[in-house]
Amino acid sequence: MKSRIPVVLLACGSFNPITNMHLRLFEVARDHLHQTGIYQVVRGIISPVNDKYWKKDLVAAKHRVAMVRLALQTSDWVRVDPWESEQDQWVETVKVLRYHHSTLLRSLPSAEGSDPGQALPVAPAVVPELKLLCGADVLRTFLSPQLWKDKHVQEIVERFGLVCVSRAGHDPQRDIEASPILRRFQRNIHLAREPVLNEVSATAVRQALRQGHSVQYLLPDPVLAYIREQGLYLGPPGSP
Amino acid sequence: MCKLQRPSNLPARGFGVTVFLCKNNKEGVGTSCLNQQLRILSMENSEKTELVLLACGSFNPITNMHLRLFELAKDYMNGTGKYRVIKGIISPVNDAYRKKGLISAHHRVIMAELATKNSQWLEVDTWESLQKEWTETATVLRHHQEKLEAGRHDAPQDSPVLERPGRKRKRAEQRQDFSQKKSVEKKTAGVPKVKLLCGADLLESFSVPNLWKGEDVAQILGHYGLVCITRTGNDAQKFIYESDLLWQHQDNIHLVHEWITNDISSTKIRQALRRGQSIRYLVPDLVLEYIEKHQLYSSESEERNAGVTLAPLRKNTAQLSL
Repeated sequence: MKSRIPVVLLACGSFNPITNMHLRLFEVARDHLHQTGIYQVVRGIISPVNDKYWKKDLVAAKHRVAMVRLALQTSDWVRVDPWESEQDQWVETVKVLRYHHSTLLRSLPSAEGSDPGQALPVAPAVVPELKLLCGADVLRTFLSPQLWKDKHVQEIVERFGLVCVSRAGHDPQRDIEASPILRRFQRNIHLAREPVLNEVSATAVRQALRQGHSVQYLLPDPVLAYIREQGLYLGPPGSP
Repeated sequence: MCKLQRPSNLPARGFGVTVFLCKNNKEGVGTSCLNQQLRILSMENSEKTELVLLACGSFNPITNMHLRLFELAKDYMNGTGKYRVIKGIISPVNDAYRKKGLISAHHRVIMAELATKNSQWLEVDTWESLQKEWTETATVLRHHQEKLEAGRHDAPQDSPVLERPGRKRKRAEQRQDFSQKKSVEKKTAGVPKVKLLCGADLLESFSVPNLWKGEDVAQILGHYGLVCITRTGNDAQKFIYESDLLWQHQDNIHLVHEWITNDISSTKIRQALRRGQSIRYLVPDLVLEYIEKHQLYSSESEERNAGVTLAPLRKNTAQLSL
């Protein structure tokens, strides 16, 4: 059997809090890449954004990291990485990719494949490709120059690559056509489709929590227990 | 912000006045806040009707969406101020329903039990699945209403009181006398009401010929009532408007809008499993493990009952031709 290219998926975002939808991104992306017959996903990394991103309603990174860790207790291939959240300031996504890429290079001699149950032949000493994992909504933001520098968008798609998970009703292909950079490197953009409509946005979860409504089964039980224990997301919008 | 806090050393639910502390960080106990609490207290103690939500369906397999339906319905009904949801019952359909792809009730029941393991208020009931044949939903509702009435028969009429151990027996004796004398008139007073929990598709199915018996629909709507979770509220309302029967009973149909769209159907779960795609985070982890361990869903299992007429259709058309 031809050996596959190992891939590490990196998801950047607020994870405020992490929901089942975030976790689904990884599952859907992995299935899609495996389906190509070219790639073998060996690891997933969740990197919660730095507090100094200053997004409205963002709870402290230590809580967001703890919640992601709890959510990933039962995952054998995705893990949380607090590096981004521990920096002195907000870090641009392309720099987070660069950091994790250099870490992968350094860890290369001892690099292992995925768990034995799923392992397909992976050539030793092949550097895994690091790809940015995102939802279709993030792909759309690449079109707005206020949010992303063109050269950063280019580095992300040219040097690393993108796996974009879309839901029914989104047309990521149109967004790709609308951007010269995305169009130019579209061979590095993988579009995966979530088969079920499952729109558990963290914003909606926070709103339900503030209203005292149940969010059980929208996020993993241990995350919910942590939110209750720490009294997170109780205040009015905008409060710390 | 006014936060209600129940002191931890008091029982969660007591007779008469339960003391709440008003926690207001800056101003201490505010008057408006206190009034609000008194209103809540008076509502809590007397006027609310206790509800049990019953969901009938294949649960083939149970998904996070099914579990969400219960959570949404409970929040909504409690939010009306008129009801207090005390329990949710999941009743997986009998194998004799003969739906295509329906795997054995044994497995469907175990999966539902695994899925509700972490819930304080949801439970699985096997009565329907253990019958010798398929049972009409109206009959399942009646069974559960009667079971509640029988249970309340010898249970205390009011919420439990903080009892000292020495007094317990005496109280129990008193209660027995009381129930003997007053059982007839007290039978339905204070007994929780069962309502059918469903998605909007069930409302629509009422108009499918021969799927439902007319008198059953009338009984479900008139006597029990529906709590219906709907994504497109207007469509459900249109449906009610277009059906004379639904229109007539609209007071007994509670439409709950689902703001966080969630369409994790069992059909799509089975499809993903057949294609070797991940279903993780769409069903509870324990359900996923169980499906994998027993390799429950395959192309073969999907062909079960293929070409067989659904039990209600067979039964109702047979009755028509008699």
